[in-house]
Amino acid sequence: MRELFTADSGPLLINITLLAILFIVAIAIARLRSLFAIVMLSGVYSLVSAAWYIAVDAVDVGYTEAAVGAGMSTAVLLGAMLLTARTAKPEKPLSKIGPFLVCGATAVMLIYATVDLPGLGDPNSPANTGPGMTYVQINWFDTGVPNVVTSVLASYRGFDTMGETVVVFVAGLAVAMLLGFGERSLAETLRNKKRKDKEGDAS
Amino acid sequence: MQFHGEVGPGGAFQAGVVLAVAIILNALIFGLANTMRAVPPVFARTLAAVGVLIYVGVGFWAMFQGGLFLEYQALFGEPPGGHDGQHAGIILVELGVLFAVAGAMTTIFYALAGRVAEIRDEDW
Repeated sequence: MRELFTADSGPLLINITLLAILFIVAIAIARLRSLFAIVMLSGVYSLVSAAWYIAVDAVDVGYTEAAVGAGMSTAVLLGAMLLTARTAKPEKPLSKIGPFLVCGATAVMLIYATVDLPGLGDPNSPANTGPGMTYVQINWFDTGVPNVVTSVLASYRGFDTMGETVVVFVAGLAVAMLLGFGERSLAETLRNKKRKDKEGDAS
Repeated sequence: MQFHGEVGPGGAFQAGVVLAVAIILNALIFGLANTMRAVPPVFARTLAAVGVLIYVGVGFWAMFQGGLFLEYQALFGEPPGGHDGQHAGIILVELGVLFAVAGAMTTIFYALAGRVAEIRDEDW
């Protein structure tokens, strides 16, 4: 028991705690029926996983998760929730067996696959010996950019990042074209509301 | 996140989202109509388009300087070993990403939030 509290096992304890919180939140999301609580808990899930990404040294992934998962998608889901019912439909007890079997089988396969994964930060893993190492070695001479993540993202793979930017732009455009740009429909909503208020006063 | 530029890891995507979330929080607190008056939807979608244009523009700038598309080294026609082009290129490209992401996210939010609610049975 004492080994658990030595300095070496600190990161291990943090990992176990964060993953346990994730597990509990996921179970809670699966069991809840109130959509508002589900949206809020999925924000919590993103925030905890962001903390976990930071704990395993993936800082950029961590703050993407915090900004996009906890911030943006919670806000968008809240907006979408306003257009639908407040609670999910109750489901038949037997209908859960199929998804449960699929999830169980996937989990078994994933756990089986982790046996072959290299350890975290292993210098001999394929990701750290191949092109990754080459980037670290030639980056300073090539670009003079102190952060390898950024030079790979914006310089070596600038074309790829341009594609991502265009994807974000097209996603915004597609949503706007499907749902309308917002201002006209908002004006209509306000007009309807005003009319309804007037009718309410009259009756 | 944005102004760390090439020193921090990535950053422009996240900075854009943070900017959009600021606008969304404003809408949640002061109401959508007030926010649309402060940041018009036309401005949001123009910002997204301008962001993409900045990114592509840097690519063409490098081409006109005789380099390849998006070859930052060629931006100022430096000899190999000079890194000003890399710095300027990355900062500009990230600025484009910031604009595109912030604009697109705000547009998506406006489209979702400004939508007229479904017609209910008693409205007929």
